[in-house]
Amino acid sequence: MNKEILQLIYLVGSISFMIGLKMLSKPDTARKGNLIAAFGMTIAILGTIFLYEGIKISNYGWIFGGLIIGTLLGTLSAKKVKMTKMPEMVSLFNGMGGACAMLISAVEFTHLTHNHEIGALPKGHLLIIMLGLIIGSISFVGSLVAWGKLSGHLGDKTLKLQQVVNIGLLLLILGITCYTIMVGPPETITYFYAIWGLSVLYGILFVMPIGGADMPVVISLLNSFTGVAAAMGGFLYDNKVMLVGGILVGSAGTLLTLVMCKAMNRSLTNVLIGNFGGGGGNGESTTSLSGGHVREINVGDTAILLKYANNVIIVPGYGLAVAQAQHVCHELEEILEKEGVGVKYAIHPVAGRMPGHMNVLLAESNVSYDKLIEMEHINPEFSTTDVVLVVGANDVVNPAAKTDPSSPIYGMPILDVENAKNIIVMKRSMKAGYAGIENELFFQPKTSMLFGDAKGTLTKLVSEIKAL
Amino acid sequence: MLEFINSNIQIIYLVILMIFVGVELIEKVPSVLHTPLMSGANAIHGVVIIGAIIIMGQAESTFAIILGFISVILGTLNVVGGFVVTDRMLEMFKKKK
Repeated sequence: MNKEILQLIYLVGSISFMIGLKMLSKPDTARKGNLIAAFGMTIAILGTIFLYEGIKISNYGWIFGGLIIGTLLGTLSAKKVKMTKMPEMVSLFNGMGGACAMLISAVEFTHLTHNHEIGALPKGHLLIIMLGLIIGSISFVGSLVAWGKLSGHLGDKTLKLQQVVNIGLLLLILGITCYTIMVGPPETITYFYAIWGLSVLYGILFVMPIGGADMPVVISLLNSFTGVAAAMGGFLYDNKVMLVGGILVGSAGTLLTLVMCKAMNRSLTNVLIGNFGGGGGNGESTTSLSGGHVREINVGDTAILLKYANNVIIVPGYGLAVAQAQHVCHELEEILEKEGVGVKYAIHPVAGRMPGHMNVLLAESNVSYDKLIEMEHINPEFSTTDVVLVVGANDVVNPAAKTDPSSPIYGMPILDVENAKNIIVMKRSMKAGYAGIENELFFQPKTSMLFGDAKGTLTKLVSEIKAL
Repeated sequence: MLEFINSNIQIIYLVILMIFVGVELIEKVPSVLHTPLMSGANAIHGVVIIGAIIIMGQAESTFAIILGFISVILGTLNVVGGFVVTDRMLEMFKKKK
């Protein structure tokens, strides 16, 4: 009886995952979708604890202990993390899931070697355990490296012949795995731990050379890896809800990764082996530009320009996030609106460090959702705009993406800010953006540079406009 | 090979169907939702915790108890942290009255 009820619970859980994911892909229903998926997860977990055959009551203490510790730590860290640190947090949680899959494989392997003679281990079982181990380990370690890079603990490092080493290592892992499963040598246990170690090493080498700016894509990819690793658990226990959840995330995550790459107009291979963040080696860069003339503007003049404009478009970038300037940015918007100036935000799909980064940030300071306009819709509007205010964005407004085939960002769709009547770029210095390239926009006659920290400058701007 | 496919035919059907469902569900997602969606998906693959609970619940050796306990904690972190972070991101999308 218990078994039948549990199957029903797993069915409801699986359906809630599908509905949850579906609702997560629309702004209006997204939050509800997340709750529905969380509900499905909760009943699946409780059902397993109380109804799964073979769960020993004497182990309840351990189970609930683990659940409580995990819940406390998870809730605390998720609630406390700053909005700008979200991507790191997601990466870290993803790594925990990978580690969990990895440990499950390790325990199941010892069960297997206990119950069967070495050399006569069931091949299908062994294959699934090995795959769970390999994918889980790569996802775990890879996510930790991605987390380290995003939080600035780790830099980009490329070994000589990195790609050759990586491919060789992967082939070695797969080779040993196939050999162990097919032949079943007496050293199976040693080989198992060798595969584990090599997978961990591969996880490091896989993520290490990829530029920090591409981490969102990598996290999304590792996310789908963990999904597949979870599905391996589904095979192992013939558990449908693990299978459905894992495969769903595996396939949706892969597609999401490709969509993210497409938003930057780059292929996944290019992201993974392109060394985008490394700079150099990409033909001659347009250094001749640095000799050009840059026009500076002060806060007072900017205030006048903004107050007497008919319409203003604000282009936020990572600089806004770093300076935590989203609240004062909203304040500026409100003051300008009060003066009768139409204000909109132009959101590039990859502005900031993650797609959607700017939306989340601005929504935090209560900027209304319909003021955030996506690239395709706002681009035609720039030509009729009086002032564009670029706050801490760089590569996403670099015209080189359209005009200079030798540029590493060539082909990436950008915001056509250069069509506006006036462009004011707020930046801390003339330093290059994440792609490490010059921006000819800064040297155009219509462009003025307003140097300083985004938060400080915006605050001054607000009080200046009030005083006018 | 043929035997393996035959004895697991239901699961194979399920996997293939889920691959298509996953692709279908995500296809038309606006770029604003990429990060929350990734985070939500991240929480869903935390379903791996069920495997951890099964191991923990059946554990007899100290080795299995220790690893099982750690994996329950890790799995819970993935699930709870994942859903809470996603909710926090989406909380910001509330429409203003």
